[in-house]
Amino acid sequence: MAQVGLNHFLIVSALLFSFGLFAVVTRKNAVMVLMGIELILNASNINFIAFSKFGNFAIDGQVIALFVIVLAAAEAAIALAIVLNIYKVFSNVNVDEIDNLKE
Amino acid sequence: MTETILINIALVILFLPLLGFAATINLGAKIKKMYYFEIFIITATLILTIIAAFFKLSDFVNTQIGSSFTWIAFDTVKIDLGIKIDNITVIMLFVVNLISFLVHLFSLEYMKGDKRFNRYFAYLGIFTFSMLGIVLTDNLLMMYIFWELVGLSSYLLIGFWFEKKSASDAGKKAFLTNRIGDIGMFLGILILFANYNTFNFDVIYSQINLGILPFDSTVWLTAAGILLFMGAVGKSAQFPLHVWLPDAMEGPTPVSALIHAATMVAAGVYLCLRLFVMLTSDAMLVIAVVGAFTSFLAATIALTQTDIKRVLAYSTVSQLGYMIMSIGIGAYAFAFFHLVTHAFFKACLFLGSGSVIHAMHHSQELEDLGGLRKKMPVTYLTFLISTLAISGIPLTSGFLSKDGILAGTLAFGELTGHWLIPILGFTVALLTAFYMFRLLILTFHGKPGNQEKYNHAHESKWVMAFPLVLLSMLSIFIFYTPNPISAESGWFLDKWISTPETVVPESTRFEFMKSSDSELVDANFVHSKLYEETMHHVHYPAMILSVLLGGIGILFAFLFYQWKKINVDKLTNSIRPLYNLSKNKWYLDEIYNATFINGTLALSKIISWFDQYIVDGIVNGTAKITKIYSTYIKWIDTYIVDGLVNLTAILSGIIGLALRKLQTGKVQTYIVYVILSLLILLIVFKPV
Repeated sequence: MAQVGLNHFLIVSALLFSFGLFAVVTRKNAVMVLMGIELILNASNINFIAFSKFGNFAIDGQVIALFVIVLAAAEAAIALAIVLNIYKVFSNVNVDEIDNLKE
Repeated sequence: MTETILINIALVILFLPLLGFAATINLGAKIKKMYYFEIFIITATLILTIIAAFFKLSDFVNTQIGSSFTWIAFDTVKIDLGIKIDNITVIMLFVVNLISFLVHLFSLEYMKGDKRFNRYFAYLGIFTFSMLGIVLTDNLLMMYIFWELVGLSSYLLIGFWFEKKSASDAGKKAFLTNRIGDIGMFLGILILFANYNTFNFDVIYSQINLGILPFDSTVWLTAAGILLFMGAVGKSAQFPLHVWLPDAMEGPTPVSALIHAATMVAAGVYLCLRLFVMLTSDAMLVIAVVGAFTSFLAATIALTQTDIKRVLAYSTVSQLGYMIMSIGIGAYAFAFFHLVTHAFFKACLFLGSGSVIHAMHHSQELEDLGGLRKKMPVTYLTFLISTLAISGIPLTSGFLSKDGILAGTLAFGELTGHWLIPILGFTVALLTAFYMFRLLILTFHGKPGNQEKYNHAHESKWVMAFPLVLLSMLSIFIFYTPNPISAESGWFLDKWISTPETVVPESTRFEFMKSSDSELVDANFVHSKLYEETMHHVHYPAMILSVLLGGIGILFAFLFYQWKKINVDKLTNSIRPLYNLSKNKWYLDEIYNATFINGTLALSKIISWFDQYIVDGIVNGTAKITKIYSTYIKWIDTYIVDGLVNLTAILSGIIGLALRKLQTGKVQTYIVYVILSLLILLIVFKPV
């Protein structure tokens, strides 16, 4: 069994990012999009920690990962609030139908 | 009386008639009796003239008085206006004003009832003003200005009854014919002005006297003389420009007396008198020949005319020819003398004819007249005296002046060998006596031609008779000289008028006018002594011959028309071509019509054609070319320039439409773009 190295972490992170991106781009429901964003953020967290472990960065990576978790929580709160407001205006949270930016 | 006062009086004399004109023409429409003002003005002018003439001829008889001021000053050229008063001037002033005054009086009755009565008097006023200007001026410019004013007033008065086509035509003819002469005069003035930078007569003459010639050549001096003389040819109705004067008889008869007999036509002679000293022998010869020929031509025409005024008109042309001829032969004093005497008796003749025409209800054909002697004794008597004067019968003024001119022609013939001039001169004397007595007999003797009109005829009122009497009195010798057969010792020629010395270079004078031979020159008699002596020498032969010829002329007139001893019709039939030549005025009007008038018309037609087809053609062609050119430009504009612009717009539109599709407004699409762009960037700027 080969040693788990940096590349394995990066592959997992890349997969996670891809799923997240896929979710952001394809899901119709805004909540699902937010969940995709969470995935992307976590993919970055994995990268931070992996580089922290295999690189010469002490614990900087872990600290930034903690920050990202905090930011993600705050972002989720604000984003959900926005989604609620969108729902108020459009009576749904379907990002396909919300294309007012076009105008 | 000082010179200054005299000058001031002269200026008042000059401007009074202008005032009369301005007032009468402006107020005449409102104030019916305005013409009395004009009469008053002319009376005042006449009185002042008599005062001025009296003092000039008594106190200042040998001085020349003048005054001038600078009108326009350019760099080096100054144009002065001024007046010059010498003996000729005051005598002319007197003649003009006296005749003008008498014509005013005469017109009061003659023109009675005319609807433009006031305007008529106003015109007489402006005419008098213009004529006085010519007489008083001391320079060519003013001369020219007043010359044209005289032309204008003549035009106005000839065409006074402009409702008649013949009258308005005659006015135009007079004006245009005069213009032809004036062109020459203008050129002459320009030649002198270009060389001497002045218009003043005396300055120009003193320059010529110093040997300064126009363009340094005697030819130009001769040319200037002849060109200026052209002005006189027009105004004084000399051949070939005499045709206007007979037609001018369309004007009212008093006007004919004033303008076309006594004063205006004398302006040309007066100009020649002023120019006399600068005339070269060649110029003088031209003048003499023109004058002699004109007088002959007009006399032959006058023989057969049947209109009383036309006969007088041609006799005027003939007598003017005499004066011009007289200047040409160097008989300066006699030219002026004849001018004065002729003015009086011709004015009398014209007013007499006016009196007849008035009495006969505007009938002026000789066949309507006749036998008026008993009905109009005053007119008849005055007409007779004037006719005797013009025929050159002793005891009259006409005899004195005419005799002097004829003696001058004889002397000229003897000294230069130009015998044609005396021959023409004496022939004319014969013809004049004949046609004037023909006129007299046909008008006043014999049987009435139109019994009905004859019955109504009566002697004119005193306002018409008085001028006749006064003018016929002035046709008697005693006013000019105490000696009835020779004027030379009289005050007129001996004291008042002396021939000025010519200033042209010796080489261009007549042989007899050369002053180099001191024996022949008399200090007082500036004219050469030789000429004077020859004139004395031929005086008696000339006198006898002229009286004889005059007598023969009168005798024939009586034989033809009074006693009918010779059948006129038979005679005319036997010389039919000659008769027709005279009757039709030598066909000159027809010749002018065929050549100059039709020529001008044809020329203007050609020019009109040229204008219409060539000039207009060029213009239209240019327009057409421009139009075609602009069509192409328009095509280029619409399809190429506009096309390019539109193409750009269309392209932008298409691109915009294409790009628009990218803007879906959906956040997810944008995210895809962002990621794709990011990927592209990563690939492009891939770290090595």
